[in-house]
Amino acid sequence: MKNPIAAVGRTVLDLGQTIIDVLALFFNTIWWIVIGPFKAKAANRRHIFEQMVFTGVQSVIIVFFISLFTGIVIAMQSAYQLKQLGAIIYVAPMVSISMARELGPVFTALVVAGRVGSAITAELGTMKVSEQIEALETLALDPVRFLVVPRFLALLIMLPCLTIMSDMIGILGGLIVGVFNLQLDPYRYLTFSFDLMTWKDIWTGLVKSVTFGTIIAMIACYVGLGTRGGAEGVGKSTTLSVVLSFILIVLFDCFLTGLFYFSNM
Amino acid sequence: MQKTKSKKRVKDTEEREVVAEVRDLVRNFGDRIVLNGINLKVYRGETFVIMGGSGSGKSTLLRHMIGNLKPTSGRVLLFGKDITDFYGPDLDEVRKKIGMSFQSSALFDSMTVAENVSLAIREHTKLEDSVIDIMIKMKLELVGLRGFENLMPSELSGGMRKRVGLARAIAMDPQVVFYDEPTAGLDPIVAAVINKLIIDLSKKLSITSIVVTHDMKGIMTIADRIAMLYEGKVLEIGTPREIKNSRNEIVQQFIKGEHDGPIRFFQQKDDYLEHLIR
Repeated sequence: MKNPIAAVGRTVLDLGQTIIDVLALFFNTIWWIVIGPFKAKAANRRHIFEQMVFTGVQSVIIVFFISLFTGIVIAMQSAYQLKQLGAIIYVAPMVSISMARELGPVFTALVVAGRVGSAITAELGTMKVSEQIEALETLALDPVRFLVVPRFLALLIMLPCLTIMSDMIGILGGLIVGVFNLQLDPYRYLTFSFDLMTWKDIWTGLVKSVTFGTIIAMIACYVGLGTRGGAEGVGKSTTLSVVLSFILIVLFDCFLTGLFYFSNM
Repeated sequence: MQKTKSKKRVKDTEEREVVAEVRDLVRNFGDRIVLNGINLKVYRGETFVIMGGSGSGKSTLLRHMIGNLKPTSGRVLLFGKDITDFYGPDLDEVRKKIGMSFQSSALFDSMTVAENVSLAIREHTKLEDSVIDIMIKMKLELVGLRGFENLMPSELSGGMRKRVGLARAIAMDPQVVFYDEPTAGLDPIVAAVINKLIIDLSKKLSITSIVVTHDMKGIMTIADRIAMLYEGKVLEIGTPREIKNSRNEIVQQFIKGEHDGPIRFFQQKDDYLEHLIR
C-alpha cells in the first residue's frame, strides 16, 4: 500500500472485473436454461426439485415466524399513530400494502440469503477446495449446468412463492392485533385490507423477489466457486456471500422502489 | 509385476501413436515461473510417470494436459488435437475420452459410491438403469469394491476412496487415465495395492496411464517411461533403468532420497543472517 492512488485504482479495477465475472456467470446460467437444453443437455430435474425443497419448503417455518411478527409489529406501530388521527381502520391496508410492496419481499429475501445463500456458498466452496468442481469438469460435466442452474431456478421459483406466503402471514399478524387489541371486526379488517390494495402492490413485490432471488443465487454461486484456501477460505466465502447479498438486496430494493414510485407504474 | 511390465515396454516408441503431447509449455503464476518450456510425448498403451519433488510443477503440468489450466505459452495436444484453446463443449468432447484420479480422491460427498461411479454414464449416455447398475458393479469389481455401492464417501477409508475415485475415472472406458499422486498419504500396503491396480487397469483395459507421483518405489514398479521434472523443466526422460543409471546428480539425489546434494531445501546461512539483520 505504498501508493494510495494505485491502491484505489486497483480496487476499482478489481471491482469492475468482479462485476463482469458475476454477469458472465449470470449469462452463462441463462444460456444453460434457454439454449443449453437444445444444444447440449438440460439440467437434471431431480436436482432442481431437491433444491426447490431445500430453498422453499424448508424455509417455510422461519419465513412464517419472521412475517407473523413483522405483521404484528407494523400493526401496533401504525395503530399507535393512526389512533391519534382517529383512523384506526387504516391499520389494515397499512399492514397489507407495506407487506406486499416492501417488507414481504425484502425480509423473505434476507432470511433466504442467510439460510440458503450461505449454504450454497459453503457447499460449492467446500466442493471447490476439495477438487470436486475440478472432478466434475474432468467428467465433462459443466459446473454451471450441474450446480448453478438448479440452485438459480430453485431460488427464482421458490422466493416469489415464499414472498406471497410471507405477505399473507404478515396480514394475519396484523389481523391478530386488529381483532384482539384494536377490537376491529375481522371481516371488515380483511375486506379493508384487500380493498385498498391494487394489483400493482402485488406484482411490484414479486418483481422485487425475482430480482432478489437472482442476486442471492448469483452471489452465492460466484463466491462459492471462487473459494480458495481450505476451511478458512470456505468460512470467509460464506460470510462474504451473505454480506454481499444483504447489501445488494437493500440496494436493489431502494432502486426498484424508486423506479416504481417515480415512474408511476 | 516386474516381468509383465518389462515385456510390455516397447523400445521403438517413435513408431507408436502419440496420445498426449506437450510442446514448449510455459506457465507463470504472477512473477513465478512454474513450468518453463516442457516438451514430452506419451505413447498409446504405456504408463508414463512424471516424477519430481514437491513444488516442481508436476500437478500443474497434469492440469494443463487435461485442459483444466491454460498455458502462458506453448501447446497441449490430446489424441492429435490441439486442445490449448478448447473450451466448453469442444473440451468436454475430448474429456469424455479421458479419466482422472485426484490426489484427494475428490469424490462427491453428497452421493453414494454407486452414484459417484455412475454419474458420468448417466449424464452422457441414455442407458437403462439396469444396464448402468451392471456397469457400476463391473467397475467396482475391477477396483475390488463390489458390495460397497450404497456407502457414502465419508464411510470409506483413504485407500477405499482412492479406489472409488479410480472406478469413477474408468467409468466411461477412457483411453487415457491421469493419476495425480495416486499413493500419497496411504500406508505402504495400500500404496502397493493401488500401484498394482494401475498396472492391472492399463493391462486389462489397454489404457494409457499418465501418473504424477514422487513415490520412488511405486514409480519403478509401474512406469514404462519416466520424466523427471525439476524447477519447471524436464531434466530427463527414459525407462526406469535409464533413469536409475542416470548420471545427472539431481536425478540420482531424488532417486536415492538423499538430503544433501544439488537439490537444496535450506537457504545458505549467510542469507539467513543477512535476513535477520535486515
